[in-house]
Formats: sequence, structure tokens, C-alpha cells
Amino acid sequence: MKTWIAKQKALIDFTLSSLARRKLKNLGLLLVYTIIVFLLASVMLYTHALRHEAAQVLKSSPEVIVQRLVAGRHDLIPPGYLEKLGRIRGVQSKEGRLWGYFYDNVVSANYTLMAPSSASHDFGQVADGKIVIGAAVARERGLAPGNLISFRSYTGKLFIFTVAAVLPHEAELVSADLLLLSETDFRSFFDIPAGYYNDIALSVANPQEVRNIAGKISETLPDARIILREEVLRTYESIFNWREGIVLVLLSGSILAFAIFAWEKASGLSAEEKREIGILKAIGWETGDVLKMKFWEGALVSLAAFLLGYVAAYLHVFHFSAALFEPVLKGWSVLYPRFELVPVVDGFQIATLFFFTVFPYTVATIVPIWRAAITDPDAVMRG
Amino acid sequence: MHSRRSHYAFAFFALCLALFLLTFADAAFRRAGSADALAANERLVAQLGLTDLCLFTEARYTRHPSQADLQSAFQDHPLAFEHFPSGSLMPPSQHLLTRYEDLDSKTKSAD
Repeated sequence: MKTWIAKQKALIDFTLSSLARRKLKNLGLLLVYTIIVFLLASVMLYTHALRHEAAQVLKSSPEVIVQRLVAGRHDLIPPGYLEKLGRIRGVQSKEGRLWGYFYDNVVSANYTLMAPSSASHDFGQVADGKIVIGAAVARERGLAPGNLISFRSYTGKLFIFTVAAVLPHEAELVSADLLLLSETDFRSFFDIPAGYYNDIALSVANPQEVRNIAGKISETLPDARIILREEVLRTYESIFNWREGIVLVLLSGSILAFAIFAWEKASGLSAEEKREIGILKAIGWETGDVLKMKFWEGALVSLAAFLLGYVAAYLHVFHFSAALFEPVLKGWSVLYPRFELVPVVDGFQIATLFFFTVFPYTVATIVPIWRAAITDPDAVMRG
Repeated sequence: MHSRRSHYAFAFFALCLALFLLTFADAAFRRAGSADALAANERLVAQLGLTDLCLFTEARYTRHPSQADLQSAFQDHPLAFEHFPSGSLMPPSQHLLTRYEDLDSKTKSAD
């Protein structure tokens, strides 16, 4: 065993000296290789963590949402709908929701305005004239609790609110652009008459019955559009699969370029390398030794690229909030949540990444060497 | 014992491997540390009845993809292309793809 280790150490020594002779080329290869692993691992870690967090957080979203469509567009829920839904057996609780969008000319940002119906949330009942704002809104408008903020509503009237609280920074992923106001303020701001709602949230006594109840709702209210929680969760699952796919498609050009570069580098032996193999064979190296030496070359380069690329990707995604992806994800949004994803690392994904980055390069280095190594040293040296 | 290149390589790989393993320890540590924040977010979602993540605030159908209606991406005119950048990063909501027929379903009673 000791002899075997000593032999491998000697081979690694020799491989490193050989790599050092073409320092610039090999360092360039290592750098490009590391960047490719970094990009792939960043996409993988980011989407997996976001998908996990979405599923975790949105599992508490309303079980059933009932919207009303008029001519294929959303419309307000008129009085009487809540009572009709209450008569459906299996509906445990029903709640008219008041929420909408507001475009703020001052910072050119879209806000989501909401009138929370229950006083049970952590910030208590929002009093008339008060407003609770999301952390991104506070940041963008430079607001703190106690400050005043004014909005000109769609009716042209000016409304002034006092900031009662700022939603926690940790909740930015779900509430960065939220403005919470009282029901009275919400109705007068958007000019929504009493008894009307934007949509209805329902909870169902038996989760197994959700689909049946959805069927009953569409029979009772034919103009209703029903959105189930499972569909919301599926939407997010597909969004992240799609996004991961899109990024990988965009990356595929550079991955292919790298594959060609690495294949060329690994499989096309330079005259110098061929001479080196010829000399090694001539001085008594066996074919097996030459192969082991080249195996170590491929393994050392690809393993170093994998480890460095993965660690850099982890830091990028979980310690620097995936800053490189921000311009892509931000689009034209003015308000962009700053959130630190909870690291969720999937061992299977890492194993896949390892297999697809380390294995092909190592194999690609060995095959041409094997072909060169089994030929006559004299022929190899003469080229 | 004189230092050899392989010793430097081993030291380098040991360091890289340690950093690699440290990411798992860090992930576990941060997961434990953010359990409260995640629970608070979950509570906020339940209390306010939130339905979507606040990832893209540029258009209403990208802010709340699960609540968007069918025509929202083509709201300007029937042949309008989707023009918000995030529209190219996200597919239409799942239920819009599978439940299109609901929109013109036969009604039993006019309301």
C-alpha cells in the first residue's frame, strides 16, 4: 500500500511539473472550467433554494380563491356572492379580500395595496390614515415609521398616510412592495363601494374535497374563476423549472464552447505532449503509468475546477444574494426584493454536477493518451 | 523531508475540500438560523392571504402570476407581444394552460 501511495505521489509530482511547463494554458483552462462550474452551480443552487422557499411559504396561502370575470377580465365581486358561497356545504370560512395595484409616479414603481381583514396579523389592525409598508417601498421612498406619505388616487384625490410600521426585511420575498391600509381608506382610495370585494378567499373543511367544492362553486357562480392553492404551488414549481431551463439554454452556448475547448485541449495531443510520451516510453515507463499520469492530470484539473466553482457559487448565491443574476431577474422592476435565500442543498444535484463536469474531462484526457501510449515510442517521437 | 509539488497539491485540495464541506455546515447553520424568519413569513402569508412571491413588480401579471387572467400579457392589443423582460423568464400560470375551457363553460344560471 505504501509503495502504491509513493508511486501515485511520484506520478502526481510528475503531472504537476508537466502542467507547470504549460502554465498559462493550463491556468486559463482551469479558470474557464471554474467559471462554467460556477455558473451552472449558481443556477442550480438559486433555483432549488427559491423553489423550496416558495413551496414552504406559499403552503399557507388561501386554499381557494374565487375571482369574478366579466368579458374575460377581472371584475369586482358584487354583494351577495359571499352569502352564496357560504351556503355551499364544505366551505369552512369565507373572506372578501381587498387588494389592488397602484403605480407611484414619484419612483415609477408598482405597489400592491391591501386592506387586511383580520386584526390578528402581527401589526395589529391598521388604523384609518395609517399605512404599513414593505421594506423595499421604505427603502425606495426613504421612509421610516412616523413619516408621512401622499398618493394621488386614480380619482385624482390626494391621500396622506402616516407610516405606522415597516414590514420586516426578512419578509421581503413576499412583501417587498406591499402597502397595508385600513378597509375604509382602501375603499375611498380606489372608490370601491361597500359590499364589493376584489376576490374571495375560502377555506375548506376537508382538503380532499377541494376539487368537488370548486366544481360546486362554478355551478353556483358561473362567472367565477377558481384558483386552488395546489395550482398556485404548481405555478411556482413550473416557473422555477422554466427559469432554470431558460438560463441553461442561454448558458448552453458557453458550455458548448467550453466542451469544444476542453475536448480539443484534452484529446488533441500537441507535438510536445506526444514527444513527452515517447520519451517516457523510451526510458521505460509502462503504458499503464502513462495512463495513470494523464488520469491524474485530468482529475486534478477538473476536481479543482469543480471544488472552486462550487464554493464560489455557494458564496455568490447564499452570501451575496445572487448579485450576478439581479439584472436579469430585475427586468424593469423598480422595486426589487433583497432577500437572503435559506440554503437548501440537494446532494443528488451536486452529484449530477460533479459527474457531468469532472467525469467527461477526465475521460477525454485518457483516451487519446491511451492511443499514443500503445504505439511504438520511436513512431510517437517522430510524430 | 524536502517539499514536493504533490504536497502543495494535497494541501490545496484539502483546503478546497474543507471549504466544500464547510458549505454544507454553513447551509445547516443558516437553515437553523432562519427557521424563525421562515415561520414568520409563513405566518404573514397566512394572515394576509398572500398568494405570490414578490419577485417581479414590473407588471401585475408578473407580480401575481398565479392570479393573472388569460389576456393580461396581451392587454395592449390582440397581436401585442409580451414586452416585459420578466415575461420571458416565466411561463404562463399552470392553471391558465389547463383550465382555459372554464372561461366559456356552459352556465346553469345567469347571474
